[in-house]
Amino acid sequence: MQFDSWSAFIAMGGYGVYVWSAFFVTFLCFGLLALEAVWRRTKLRDEARKQQARQQRIEKAKRES
Amino acid sequence: MWRWLHPYAKSEATFALNQKLLPWFLIPGLLLTLVGVIWGLAYAPPDYQQGESYRIIFVHVPAAIWSMGFYVSMAIAGLIALVWQIRTAEQAVLAIAPVGAVLTFISLFTGAVWGQPMWGTWWVWDARLTSQLILLFLYLGVMALYVAFEDERAGGKAASILALVGVINIPIIHYSVYWWNTLHQQSTITKVITRFESPSIAPEMLWPLVVNIFAFMGLAAALIIMRLNNELLRREIHRPWAQKILNTGDKENSDAV
Repeated sequence: MQFDSWSAFIAMGGYGVYVWSAFFVTFLCFGLLALEAVWRRTKLRDEARKQQARQQRIEKAKRES
Repeated sequence: MWRWLHPYAKSEATFALNQKLLPWFLIPGLLLTLVGVIWGLAYAPPDYQQGESYRIIFVHVPAAIWSMGFYVSMAIAGLIALVWQIRTAEQAVLAIAPVGAVLTFISLFTGAVWGQPMWGTWWVWDARLTSQLILLFLYLGVMALYVAFEDERAGGKAASILALVGVINIPIIHYSVYWWNTLHQQSTITKVITRFESPSIAPEMLWPLVVNIFAFMGLAAALIIMRLNNELLRREIHRPWAQKILNTGDKENSDAV
């Protein structure tokens, strides 16, 4: 461990703002990409469910007519 | 070899392969990131000139290396898409481009917040920084061309051509620090491969950096696989295999997106 205390670790020898913003932005970007991929999968699942429901309605209407 | 590769022109086969590969990139990627970041931030020694500010290297260099590495993989996918007319390869181009653009952005951003305390400026128009900015525009251009056409196949073809032509920028980025006088320093690690020189960095700093280089590869590859899977499902949402996965995916999806 190169730092004596938490406050020294946060301060990063006076370069805290630069070091921590670099790490924060990096992993924020990765996190957003991951969230976007999961969100899009959810949307696709909704879309598939909607289409299947529509297909079933059409088939039901055909059978009943 | 072609007989072995050809089944992957089918979306369904690529999706199944992706599902198998995903945990092998995602889990080591996450674990190595944890190890590399803690090692780099807390245990690696400070630099004798730059003090603690140099710790930005542990995100800057991996992002920069893979911004170029995944560009080459995107261009190879583009070549396959153009020569063999394989749609899955076009979809791979579309999946790689945003992740590569984000890696390029990370390298530029972390470079700026490193440049400010060390060089006294966020940005200079030196050859390395400018050619890396062009790489970002190439990625954005590929993404824009892809959606600029009514016909998705036409967009995929145009994007593949731009991806392929843009490869010329990769050696320019790498050798920019040798060909021109740049504020950016010369290479520390990649010269092991391109110039057969030993790395000019202390081993206590090199090892966490190497860990993070592999970590970022794992994370970026996992993100690309997730995007490609979504794209494969989107284009074939009417086909039974895709519907089956989207219907049954609810339970297993939380751990295997």
